[in-house]
Amino acid sequence: MNTSDSEEDSYNERSALVQCESPTIPSYHQDHDMSLPQETDTKRGRPVSSGLDEPGLVERERAATPDGEEEELTLKYGAKHVIMLFIPVTLCMVVVVATIKSVSFYTEKTSQQLIYTPFKEDPNSVGQRLLYSLLNTIVMISVIVVMTIILVVLYKYRCYKFIHGWLILSSLMLLFWFSFMYLGEVFKTYNVAMDYPTLAMIIWNFGVVGMICIHWKGPLRLQQAYLIVISALMALIFIKYLPEWSAWVILAAISIYDLIAVLCPKGPLRMLVETAQERNEPIFPALIYSSAMVWMVGMADSNNPDSGEQHLFILFFFIIYKHFSNILVLFTKRGVKLGLGDFIFYSVLVGKAAANGGDWNTTLACFVAILIGLCLTLLLLAIFKKALPALPISITFGLVFYFSTDNLVRPFMDSLAAHQYYI
Amino acid sequence: MTLAVFFGCAFIAFGPSFALFVFTIAKDPLRVIILIAGAFFWLLSLLLSSLVWFIAIKASNSQDLTLQRGLLIFGVFFSVLLQEVFRFAYYRLLRKATEGLAAISDDDGSAISVRQMAYVAGLGFGIMSGAFSMINILSDSLGPGTVGIFGDSQYYFITAALMTLALTLLHTFWGVVFFEGCEKSRWWVIAAVVSLHLLVAGLSLLNPLYEGSLPPVYVITLATGVWAFFSSGGSLHSLSALCTRRKAEGESS
Repeated sequence: MNTSDSEEDSYNERSALVQCESPTIPSYHQDHDMSLPQETDTKRGRPVSSGLDEPGLVERERAATPDGEEEELTLKYGAKHVIMLFIPVTLCMVVVVATIKSVSFYTEKTSQQLIYTPFKEDPNSVGQRLLYSLLNTIVMISVIVVMTIILVVLYKYRCYKFIHGWLILSSLMLLFWFSFMYLGEVFKTYNVAMDYPTLAMIIWNFGVVGMICIHWKGPLRLQQAYLIVISALMALIFIKYLPEWSAWVILAAISIYDLIAVLCPKGPLRMLVETAQERNEPIFPALIYSSAMVWMVGMADSNNPDSGEQHLFILFFFIIYKHFSNILVLFTKRGVKLGLGDFIFYSVLVGKAAANGGDWNTTLACFVAILIGLCLTLLLLAIFKKALPALPISITFGLVFYFSTDNLVRPFMDSLAAHQYYI
Repeated sequence: MTLAVFFGCAFIAFGPSFALFVFTIAKDPLRVIILIAGAFFWLLSLLLSSLVWFIAIKASNSQDLTLQRGLLIFGVFFSVLLQEVFRFAYYRLLRKATEGLAAISDDDGSAISVRQMAYVAGLGFGIMSGAFSMINILSDSLGPGTVGIFGDSQYYFITAALMTLALTLLHTFWGVVFFEGCEKSRWWVIAAVVSLHLLVAGLSLLNPLYEGSLPPVYVITLATGVWAFFSSGGSLHSLSALCTRRKAEGESS
C-alpha cells in the first residue's frame, strides 16, 4: 500500500524533507479515509519509521480497515510504541540537560536576542517584565502564523524548486554551523586544544553524513541519532536566546496555538494539506523549510554588525524550527512517529528547568511529567481516534510541575534533607 | 566529597533498584509505563503535601524555630499519609486498567497480572522517592566542601544512601503487600502498611542518631521483604526449588 511503499522508500529527497509539522491535518478525519495513506506518506516521509521524528499529529491512520481490526491494531501496538517514543525523547532531554549542566555557554545570558522577541526584559520590574514577555510571545506567535501563510501561498503557486533548494540549504547550515558552535563551546569548557584542520574534518564528516542520512538514505539508528542531535541543538539555541520569562510564556502559547491549529477547521496549514491532497503530491513538508528561508533573507540587515552573521543564522534556524512545533504523533501500521518540534519543545522545557538553579528534583519532575503527558496523549489518541495535538498535555504538565516543584517541593525537600528526615 | 563518595553512594542508593529495573522491567513496555506512572503518582502526592506544608509555613511565624520544626514533622507525617492515599488511588486506577487490558490482550500473553503491577508500582514509588531524596545530595557530593564542618555528622552521605536504599526497597515491598491486601480486602494489611511507613518516617526523625534510625529501618525492611515474599505466593518450597534449580511452582513477584 502506498504508505508502506513510501515508508520503505523514505529516503529520497522529497519524502525525507517531510519533517515538519502540520498542525493542520484537517484531512485526518473519518471522511478522508482514502486520502490518509497519502497524507501519511507525505507527512511522514521522514524515515525512522518506528520511533523517531516525524511531525506528528496524534492521530491514527485508518487505512480502510474495518473499525474493530483497527482498534486491535492500535492497542496492540500501543505500549510498545509509547516506549519507542519515550526512548528518543529521553535521549534528547539527556543530551540537552547534560550540555546545560556542563557547558556554561548555553546558560549565559547575552544581550543579544532573537528578533522575534524584541522586547528586552527588565529584571527589576515584575509588571514590566510580564508585559514584555507577553508582547514577545504575541510577536513570536504572529510570526509563526505569518510564515505559515506565506508557506501556503508559495505552495499554491508551485515554487517547488525554490523550496527544495531552500530546504537543503537550511539543513546544511544547521548541521554545519550549529554543531561547529556547539563543539567550540564544549572544547572551551573542557579546555581541549584543537587545531582547525582536525576540526574542519570532524565537522565536515559530521555534516555530510548528516545531510546524506537525513535527505537521502542511511542506517535507521544513525538517522535517529542525527535527528536527536539536531533537536537537541535547536533546543539549546532556544534556551540560550529566549529571554527568561518569555520562554515560559512562549511554551504555553505554543501549546495553545497547536491546540487551536489542530482542532480548528480554518488554519492555513490545513489549506496547505488539502491542496497537497488535491494535487496528490508529497511535497508538503518541503514547504515548511522554504518559508523559513524567505524570512531569513528578509532579516539580513541586522542592527549589530559584529554579531550580525551569527544573529542571522540563529534567527533563521529559529524560524525553521518554529515550524516544527509538531503536534502530531502518528500511529501507522509500522510504528509511531513523532515530529522534531515535539522533541525540541520538550527539551527546551526540561533544559530550562535544569538551567535554573542547581536543583535536580525540578528537572526530574519535569521529565516525568512530560513522559506522562506523552503517554496520556497517545492514550487519548487511541480513544478518540482523531487528530489531536501532542504538545499541550505534556507542556501543561511540564509547566505545572516545574513551577510547583521549584516553589513548593524544593523548600520542603531541602528542609527534609537538612535534617535528614525521610518521607 | 570525591568521585569515590559520589559513585559509592550512588550505587548504594540506586544499585538494587537499577538492577531490578534492568532485569525485570526494561524488557516489557507495559511495565515501564506502569513504573513511570507510579513515579508520577508519588510525585503528585509529594506535590500536594509540599503545598500543605508550604501554606502552613507561610501562615506561621518564621522566626520560631521550634514551631518550624514541628511543622516540618507534621509535613513528614502528612506526606506519608498522602503517599499511601495515592498508592491506593493508583491501585484503583490499575484495577480499572486491567479490565481494559484483559479485553485487548493478544495471545502473546503480555497481559500483566495484578501482582506484577503491584511490584512495578511499588518500585516506581520507590525509585521516585529515592531519586528525590538522593539526587541533590549526590550532585553536591561531587563539588567541593567539608562534610560536617559545623559539627554535624561526618557520615551524612553514606547514611543518606543507606536510608534511600532502605526506603526504595520498602516502597517496593509495601506496594506488593498493599495491592495484595486490597485485592483480598484485608484492611488490616493496609493499616499495617500505613503504620509501618509512619514508623519508618518517625525513626528517620531520630536522625543524627544513626544507631536509632538505620538498624531498625533495615530490620523492618527485611521483615517487610519476607512478608511481601510470602504474600505474593512465595513459599519455602519455592525457595528450595530455586536453590536446587528445579522449576518453582509458586509464583513470586
